[in-house]
Amino acid sequence: MAFKRHIDRLPIIPAGAKEQIVTCHFCIVGCGYHAYSWPVNKQGGTDPSENVFGVDLSVQQDADTSNWYAPSMYNIVKQDGKDVHLVIKPDPGCEVNSGLGSIRGARMAELSYSKARLTQQQRLTDPMVWRYGQMQPTSWDDALDLVARVTAAVIDDQGEDGLFVSAFDHGGAGGGYENTWGTGKLYFGAMKVKNIRIHNRPAYNSEVHATRDMGIGELNNCYEDAELADTIFAVGTNSLETQTNYFLNHWVPNLRGSSMDKKQEQLQDEPHAPGRIVIVDPRRTVTVNAAEVEAGKDNVLHLAINSGTDLALFNALFTYVADQGWIDKDLIANSTTGFDEALAANRMTVEEAAEITGLATADIIKAAEWIAQPKEGDKRRRTMFAYEKGLIWGNDNYRTNAALAALALATGNVGQPGGGCVRMGGHQEGYVRPSDAHVGRPAAYVDQLLISGKGGVHHIWACDHYKTTLNAMEFKRVYKERTDKVKDAMLSVPYGDRDAMVAAIVAAIKDGGLFSVDVDIVPTKIGQAAHVWLPAATSGEMHLTSMNGERRMRLTDKYMDAPGQALPDCIIAARIANNLERVFRETGNDAYADQFKGFDWQTEEDAFMDGYHQNAGGGEFVTYERLRAMGTNGFQEPATGFEDGKIIGTKRLYSDGKFGGKDGKATFMATEWRGLQAEGKQAEKGKWPFLINNGRANHVWQSAYLDQEEELVQDRFPYPYIEMNPDDMTELGLSQGDLVEVYNDNGSTQAMAWPTPSARKKESFMLFGYPSGVQGNVVSAGVNEFIIPNYKQTWGAIRKISSIPGNAAHLSFKSQEYPQS
Amino acid sequence: MASCEKLVDMGRRQFLRGAGIGVASAATATVVAQPAQAAPGQALVNYPANRLGNVSDLILNEPLDVSYPDDSAPGVLIKLGTKVEGGAGPDGDIVGFSTICPHKGFPMSFDANDKTLNCPGHYSRFDCEKGGQQVWGHATQNLPQYILRVDDKGDIYAEGLDELLYGRLSNVL
Repeated sequence: MAFKRHIDRLPIIPAGAKEQIVTCHFCIVGCGYHAYSWPVNKQGGTDPSENVFGVDLSVQQDADTSNWYAPSMYNIVKQDGKDVHLVIKPDPGCEVNSGLGSIRGARMAELSYSKARLTQQQRLTDPMVWRYGQMQPTSWDDALDLVARVTAAVIDDQGEDGLFVSAFDHGGAGGGYENTWGTGKLYFGAMKVKNIRIHNRPAYNSEVHATRDMGIGELNNCYEDAELADTIFAVGTNSLETQTNYFLNHWVPNLRGSSMDKKQEQLQDEPHAPGRIVIVDPRRTVTVNAAEVEAGKDNVLHLAINSGTDLALFNALFTYVADQGWIDKDLIANSTTGFDEALAANRMTVEEAAEITGLATADIIKAAEWIAQPKEGDKRRRTMFAYEKGLIWGNDNYRTNAALAALALATGNVGQPGGGCVRMGGHQEGYVRPSDAHVGRPAAYVDQLLISGKGGVHHIWACDHYKTTLNAMEFKRVYKERTDKVKDAMLSVPYGDRDAMVAAIVAAIKDGGLFSVDVDIVPTKIGQAAHVWLPAATSGEMHLTSMNGERRMRLTDKYMDAPGQALPDCIIAARIANNLERVFRETGNDAYADQFKGFDWQTEEDAFMDGYHQNAGGGEFVTYERLRAMGTNGFQEPATGFEDGKIIGTKRLYSDGKFGGKDGKATFMATEWRGLQAEGKQAEKGKWPFLINNGRANHVWQSAYLDQEEELVQDRFPYPYIEMNPDDMTELGLSQGDLVEVYNDNGSTQAMAWPTPSARKKESFMLFGYPSGVQGNVVSAGVNEFIIPNYKQTWGAIRKISSIPGNAAHLSFKSQEYPQS
Repeated sequence: MASCEKLVDMGRRQFLRGAGIGVASAATATVVAQPAQAAPGQALVNYPANRLGNVSDLILNEPLDVSYPDDSAPGVLIKLGTKVEGGAGPDGDIVGFSTICPHKGFPMSFDANDKTLNCPGHYSRFDCEKGGQQVWGHATQNLPQYILRVDDKGDIYAEGLDELLYGRLSNVL
């Protein structure tokens, strides 16, 4: 049977309960919520005077009511040391989600740490060190002293290049402006660490280098543009699952035609129709299905390209619209450079693209028409270009990104209502750090350096390479070997003899070992190899600021205590800096020790004021107090002023035709098609029968670290699934739910088979980054010229491991698609 | 979502049907301090045992509209044709579910092709053969299922629910 909570009633939020502002900390969309808390011995009642809603709760509430909350939105947590009831429910007044809650965000309360209700007992509560052969709790002073002494010893021996860092660079949980500044000031301010990588890729680089190099920041529009567009051109983005409430609240109204009033009101001088959508994706996703349900099949064009051929399609579309004259000639002349050269270099016919992509020529032409054919009265068609990991983690990232941005730029769709050329995003953003220029370009391929034995100490901040890197099996094998060497050395001396302990660790490092420090909120897979765990607080256990996919910045209030001794990452970074300063001073290196000054923060707000307020563009207008007054709607970055008690923001970037490149211009690039770019991919495709496409799921997305101990999700997906064509399953003797091994020369992993009639033959799709089956195990080490991984173009074989396991026997393997009449 | 207004109205009509719900008026009563007195309470709500139909009323794979535990909580009884876990009746194939989506409360419809309940609001799907497991969707709970009893005469009684119903903070109002 499916998991059921057997909860038949919930405590009612009393009138007068404390209301705190919350932005969901999981995905990029950043839906607005409120956290209500009240003393544990109190409760509201059904009478309107007795509850926070002021309504009669003794009667059934209507659909779409804001006067209800699910059991997943409720918990009992500590607040200022006391147990309180907590309800975190979606805010109907937030423009982002208008009261919608996703299957992730609407579980924020249940995914909170509660001793009373035994939720998230996996959370790290104390610093832990490898002592007497296992991880043992210790004090902050003890753990930080060990970290600082080993780190200082490695720097003394190898210089700062001996310190390897894996660190988040994003917003939301495991990030945010406070924490990117804290870690950034440590590694890029006090030090100039070069061997650093980001949470989901093996180097310190932008996933969208190309659009930035063209002078077009990747988050340049607003969510309302999806309501105003004539056409949405969506590339490698399964937005219903991975930007759920952005899709439901802003794309769907356009596809349904219910944003027509808004179009007519805001854009009066042109004809309008309900929105159409082009979706470029080798796989038929639930996004395609939902778009068909809402817009009708005639208004949805699914371009199911051969995997990795996006660039050929974009070059052909660019050529076609240019040849038709469907371009913004004034904008190109006044605000850009390099158009003619790019057109000459990228020229590709529709027929050539059809051959490469596997599409019909008529569909490519139809896409071009939907994107750029002028509307009645010769009015420019408004098209919003949206892209995410299908492009970003796909073949030839840099050129493909540039080719898509070129199409948007040439058709006049950057900076205009109903336009934009934007990544859809994963996490929220929240980046403010000292310059990273010293990292260089291409940045160091950190994972390969670690595999090759480089580095002496590794600081990890909310990253889990074992789950979310490429070449993951080989990485894990070597990483375990190197860290085991240090663990064994630590067992050779008494823990209490610090000098002997540090000497033993340093000797093991010189022998190829690696000392690993893992800062996180839960025990991670890579944490199994670490020697020190430092417990961090997450969003809501600290004040946290971030911005979403339309640069909407909000403050999440601290609404509960962090577990045990856990601290905000920025404060942990400051304490590491304090300890490094002390240790270097003790060893007589005063000049170097002085570099670690400026970390006397006591709170995350101190870090915010030191970082964002002083260093971000427009940061001088932004404080916690002002953000709090802006509520769940916040403002859109950059801030440009503060008037009448409100921070003034920026709805769209580049609306004045001034771009981010030299002289305020944007630059077109030459982006010739060159086949599968990353080393070894073409040969892999030739050798193995199945495409192992991969991506995310609605149930678990930016939430797996908590979902690994959450029953709703674990009950649904005890294993990652792999969608397979039913005929392929028959050939392999597979039944639904059978455990299969996915394997190739890079490694092997496991998944449960989900028969999917819409899956093309020999094209499978596996859930990415899942704790009980890591897709990255079978992804090769091949990257692009700037060390961007290519997860999507992976080929392998599939074989049965076992019949459906007992913990999967109750699962539904029916179609994920909403039935269409 | 403005575009959901029709669905909201659909839901509202369905809720109001036979329920006689009045619009809540503003509170005017003054709370008078009472001497402290602990009130006895119970750990669970008391579910009514309601007769929803007879086995003979059911047609294979055709949902029978019912409501439980009261008239403002619509649901269905379905004879699936194959024995399922949680199924009642002589063939172990009779199940009952709330038809209000636990995500946003829209009324769902049964798809006889694959025996799922489907929400037109945001495309959530629940498998009637798997205890209401959400196949795909936004709800943070699987679909509330009726605890059924079938007596010697074939009368089908609902006697409880296994999840909180959308739109009420107590399953029994």
